Amino acid sequence: MSLRTSGSARAGQYAALLCYLVFLAFPFLWLISTAFKPARELGSLHPTWIPEQPTLDNFRQAFDEQPLLRAAANSLTAALCAALIAVVVATPMAYVMARHRGRLATAATGWVVVSQAFPFVLVIIPLFLVLKNLHLINSLWGLVMVYVVWSLPFALWMLAGYVRAVPPELEEAAAVDGAGKVRILVSVTAPLLAPGIVATALFAFITAWNEFFFALVLLKTPEKQTLPVVLTHFLGAEGVADLGPLAAAAFLATLPSLVLFAVIQKRITGGLTAGAVKH
Amino acid sequence: MTSVTVKARSGREAPPDRGDRRRRDGAAWFLVLPALIPILILSVGPLLYGIGLAFTDAQSGRTRSTQWVGVLNFQDLWHDTLFWDSFRIGLLWAVGVTVPQFVLALGLALLLHANLRMRWAARALAIIPWAMPEVVVGIMWRLVYNPDAGILNETVRDLGLGDGRDWLTGLATALPAVIVVGIWAGMPQTAVALLAGLQNTPQELHEAAALDGAGAWRRFRTVTWPAIRPVALAVSALNFIWNFNSFALVYVLTSGGPGGRTRLPMLFAYEEAFRYGQFGYAAAMGCVMVAVISVILAFYLVGRLRGGDDA
Repeated sequence: MSLRTSGSARAGQYAALLCYLVFLAFPFLWLISTAFKPARELGSLHPTWIPEQPTLDNFRQAFDEQPLLRAAANSLTAALCAALIAVVVATPMAYVMARHRGRLATAATGWVVVSQAFPFVLVIIPLFLVLKNLHLINSLWGLVMVYVVWSLPFALWMLAGYVRAVPPELEEAAAVDGAGKVRILVSVTAPLLAPGIVATALFAFITAWNEFFFALVLLKTPEKQTLPVVLTHFLGAEGVADLGPLAAAAFLATLPSLVLFAVIQKRITGGLTAGAVKH
Repeated sequence: MTSVTVKARSGREAPPDRGDRRRRDGAAWFLVLPALIPILILSVGPLLYGIGLAFTDAQSGRTRSTQWVGVLNFQDLWHDTLFWDSFRIGLLWAVGVTVPQFVLALGLALLLHANLRMRWAARALAIIPWAMPEVVVGIMWRLVYNPDAGILNETVRDLGLGDGRDWLTGLATALPAVIVVGIWAGMPQTAVALLAGLQNTPQELHEAAALDGAGAWRRFRTVTWPAIRPVALAVSALNFIWNFNSFALVYVLTSGGPGGRTRLPMLFAYEEAFRYGQFGYAAAMGCVMVAVISVILAFYLVGRLRGGDDA
């Protein structure tokens, strides 16, 4: 920015930015602080930011109290399958949305936009009944199918943006050289899309890993439940929770999402805007 | 004036070869099918099915077959004061979250757009609310709000502002407390979307306005705002829908308590369907929620788009 900004205005900007940083960070810092505090400090009336005697007891206790490992394995299975299936089915469709001009592409784009406004309430009850008829209630496979469909709008949006960024001339040049349609898609377009496909898959993974509502409704037995659902068991019936283990488990459950998201952040924001560039 | 400069790097059509058309459409169908089938079975189908259910007396675990009952569910709903209370809370929540979320996000986006040295820190921290599972966001803020071991009350006590209170169970504080969490959770996404809009603002216009002696506020009004308007409209409309449909945050924070003060319509419908098994009635609630939200959004968007010509 080449505009001159006066010293006092600059200072004001930094002060405002600092407020934002504090607002964004403090709850997470408090979560970490709580996770490492011994029970005695958690019971004290004057909690401190930095634990006086940091401990890992809360983590040990968290694993004892709830089947966190099994829940994490369930979450991992569901999220991995959902992410893989989502990009496999979404990539060809995104290609059509980006390259073709027919009614099909228009309808697909329309669905992507409208589905953002979809009310979960209206869909969850029939979805529950449909999956029940397919005997996919209380099954990770049923959940995976739901996650695939619910990550599709975003996946299509992002992938269509990445496809548009691949110059059609490349494909045309390959066609002139005598390569068939499938050949072109596989050996020209797909490699150029690879980074975008990976970012989309990771985003779908995070979405599924974090998801709560569908998992709550569709999974009944504790052996099947995913991490977010199991985390709520720490809260107990009265809402009186054992704070230390609760914080420790919540902290661990967040780490994969945070790390993966940090990896793809640039691509996600790029994809959001690339997808927004229309024809 | 209000046009956004969009990088039109892709405005190309496939060659308009008519004879080839049908075959290309065939290939397109083939490519679309793997995604289309799950979409029809698990998204479009259930939506239509759900609308149909609203006109039946469907219940869970009943042996008698489901009957059409016409608009009976909607008549019952009309007199269901609990539902309308919940609906009112839902609107309060959606507006109470969306508006401050937008204002704060715009502030953050403007700061990130200005060349400040700590920008990277804000970008890094913005990940936290964005990537975190909603359940963890809820748990985390319960720790913050905790009456004894929470940092909020401790800060209140340190500042000598009294003994603090039980924020999430107080009748007066519960809704504002969950609204703050809602704002926190959605702000970074909104800021990033607005920042993308800002980066499309024509810089020359900004400089020209500055040379003409326009102050910061006037430059914002006449140059920046018209450029980001379309993004701002889309983002605020989407945020409103998402916030109105929100479930996990409040489920974890208060489960709708105290005394229903934070019982959003989603929680209400969820309980109706999966605790009491009233599928038909809950589906009718869903229909009403969608209809009312659509009407509100239509008014909002039409009003804004029309106002855009002379603003």
